[in-house]
Amino acid sequence: MKKTSSLAMRNSDQRSSFDPSEPATGLNRGRTEGGMNRREFLKASAAAGGGLSLQFSFPLLAKPGAAQATEVTAWVVIHPDETVAIRIARSEMGQGTMTALAQLVAEELECDWGKVKAEFASPNEHVRRKRIWGSMSTGGSAGVRASQDYVRKGGAAARHMLVTAAAVEWGVPTYECKVEKGVITHPETRRSTTYGKVAAKAATYAPPKDITLKDPKDWKIAGKPVKRLDIPDKVLGKPVFGVDAKVPGMLHASIAQCPVFGGKVKSVDSAAAEKMRGVKKIVREENFVAVVADNWWRADQALKQVKIEWDAGANGNVSDESIDKLFREGLAATNLPDARKMGDTATALASAAKVIEAEYSSPYLNHATMEPQTCTAWFKPDGTLEVWTSTQNAEASMAAASEVAGIPQEKIEVHKPMLGGGFGRRGAPQDFVRQGVAIAKQMPGTPVKMMWNREEDMQHGFYRPASLVQMKAGLDKDGNVVALHTKIACPSILALVRPEGIQKGIDFSAVRSFNDMTYTIPNQQVDYAMKNPHVPVGFWRAPGLQNAHYRECFIDELAHAAGKEPLAFRLTMMKPDDKNRRVLEAAAKAANWGSPLPAGVFRGIAQADGFGSFSAMVAEVSVSAAGELKIHRIVFAIDSGHVVNPDTCAAQAESNVVYGLGALLYQAHKVKDGRIQESNFHDFPLPKLTDMPKVETVLVPSGGFWGGHGEPGILALTPAICNAIFAATGKRIRTLPLKVEDLKKA
Amino acid sequence: MITLQVNGKTLDLNVEPDMPLLWALRDEAGMLGTKYGCGIAQCGACTVHVEGEPVRSCVMPVSAVVGKKITTIEGISAKGMNAVQKAWVEHEVPQCGYCQTGMIMAATALLAKKPKPTDKDIDEAMTNLCRCGTYARVRKAIHAAAGQLNKAAPAVKKA
Repeated sequence: MKKTSSLAMRNSDQRSSFDPSEPATGLNRGRTEGGMNRREFLKASAAAGGGLSLQFSFPLLAKPGAAQATEVTAWVVIHPDETVAIRIARSEMGQGTMTALAQLVAEELECDWGKVKAEFASPNEHVRRKRIWGSMSTGGSAGVRASQDYVRKGGAAARHMLVTAAAVEWGVPTYECKVEKGVITHPETRRSTTYGKVAAKAATYAPPKDITLKDPKDWKIAGKPVKRLDIPDKVLGKPVFGVDAKVPGMLHASIAQCPVFGGKVKSVDSAAAEKMRGVKKIVREENFVAVVADNWWRADQALKQVKIEWDAGANGNVSDESIDKLFREGLAATNLPDARKMGDTATALASAAKVIEAEYSSPYLNHATMEPQTCTAWFKPDGTLEVWTSTQNAEASMAAASEVAGIPQEKIEVHKPMLGGGFGRRGAPQDFVRQGVAIAKQMPGTPVKMMWNREEDMQHGFYRPASLVQMKAGLDKDGNVVALHTKIACPSILALVRPEGIQKGIDFSAVRSFNDMTYTIPNQQVDYAMKNPHVPVGFWRAPGLQNAHYRECFIDELAHAAGKEPLAFRLTMMKPDDKNRRVLEAAAKAANWGSPLPAGVFRGIAQADGFGSFSAMVAEVSVSAAGELKIHRIVFAIDSGHVVNPDTCAAQAESNVVYGLGALLYQAHKVKDGRIQESNFHDFPLPKLTDMPKVETVLVPSGGFWGGHGEPGILALTPAICNAIFAATGKRIRTLPLKVEDLKKA
Repeated sequence: MITLQVNGKTLDLNVEPDMPLLWALRDEAGMLGTKYGCGIAQCGACTVHVEGEPVRSCVMPVSAVVGKKITTIEGISAKGMNAVQKAWVEHEVPQCGYCQTGMIMAATALLAKKPKPTDKDIDEAMTNLCRCGTYARVRKAIHAAAGQLNKAAPAVKKA
């Protein structure tokens, strides 16, 4: 095995993404301790023999062992062979952000897309270079929309510097030079050079201050359905995920936490487990026990033989019933904080011609990423720490690792491989990093890869909050909605992960879709009862989506009560310039709303905005006499302002449909004796291939803003389907998931 | 010592007979393309071929596959990508990609048996779970790999 001198393990070729026995290609971190400027950094890079850009590279595109590479701007590294490495700060979990961000940089850079490879920016370098890559957090469908401006500027600045280098060399004005696909020319003198040849000189210039970005109508790479950069490795089975970390001498760990959230370890009898083959250590921490062995299966088998007595604490009796009681107590209170107050709802309701009331609820849901939570940690003899983890927020991972390890972040590297799904689970909590680091801390010098078994993953999530919502609306004699009073009982995610984000008793993620709804109902009141059972909650794909479901189902109830057609009913409550109106009309048009359907097939419609985008859906369903639901077609329209990769957007729409179908058709966690009852995919089923409906995505980008795609597609799904079910059966689904009994013809 | 025939090579592994094949592959042979998802044969992320049949390796003890021909994602194609993998790239099937090696193993086994599968064949063979929701593209890519994809409408319209 060859020695590696770098703090950061860099995968370097296509045989192994993590195996440090391959030639070290990383930057020598020892040379770059402390705040250094870009120039010094470049020198350090050169001193380390280049290869700077080979961090977690994409082997099919990368040229391993390339000579000196040059960082032109923080986002752009040019290799002498003309390969362009584009740095990506956000995590890739299948949503396509890595490719979309690379497209935006490449567009402004004017490089050859065929020579682009993407690489993740190093979190360690990020800390030492004072957050030069902006936010590394990946959530809220914000990867593109929150960083598009500065990454495009990073690409444009690099182009300017590269062209300037050529112009200076030729002694001609910069504005006379042209650039296309990384080739710079001066037409008048018929001279030509390439990015690879002038990169070193370009890197000595300061980036320009005033940068004009391209008009999106001139895009050639962005806005096009280019192939995702991460897919070839994934279909070849390359070891690109967190669970694929591989370090010489590495051991494996499986862990058990108290089944009652917040409980602690009371006693441990590990005598039998210690004698089992391959077992190296039993780790006991305050709130978990881990077995470390030379093979993960051996660790997991031994863990099952450890006799652990738990101190459940105060929550051993919590159940669905006690949680429902807590929510109802919350809704019964009279002094709830207002999440929205417009007009005089009480008076309007009192004088309404007709009052409609309904109560909706939905259960806790696990993210159920296919890759279980995992973290590999290695306390190295030189006092540094290396961590490999599937994380949606590498900065939070760094902070968590530093805190548990007692090592400053400057001496920690967090490697951020591909995530086997995220959906919000791997962002804020970082519980898995704390555990992985705590385990390895007890075995200094030995790398330990911790992976949860599926049961642990199912029962120790940060769940989508269960919630209970009561709505009361008043209609005037013409069927117009004059008032809507909504009362929401829902646990607060912010109370757990970011309490400072709660303002005047309101957690935005619990009241969303009601406190910001687009319908022009003159009198609106939204009350929020924050009730926080001990079940941990987190940002599950499209946090607050339950409210979009409740609202759009209830609006359908109101349309029915008013004797009005549901699309027209919604449109009458939308301002003429409302972007929601435009997508609703686009979805209706694409679905031929109002046209005759085959016998037994019915439509439902819903709309919702969120995560920067505007979306609407039409569902076509049929329900058999036995109560079997068939979803024939989903038509989805979305306005995200700009579209960076239309195929990835369509993939995200399909993804949202399937994710939402799980919540609609199958999934619910029961809480009993303070613990989650479900343990694996047999009792928390995921939709299968046979559940997949036809999904038609209609992109209606209106320009002028940047909206997300990772989450909006789930918002209108369940209400559109439930509204179609009502059209088919006359039955309202007010509690999810739906049950066959609910749909049977009476 | 257990001797396995994996991807045309002989592997001598010092493992207990009841160790699931998945863990002999991942943690002993260092072949990481086959994934753990559930450990109870529900999700199919661990699918490999044993004598050409798709098998969920998380519940398959190594003792049961001694002397049998085992193929993993690493050995599915002698060179480059096989037709299924190429179709997977062409139709941009994977999202996170974690379940996709198992999907590709299941699809490759299906096509070996039924070179022109019907939708019903695909429904029956492709029981693997995918949390990202790639199913429509899985179906399409299987048809494409079988050479039976008509010039279908694009997955996305721009109004």
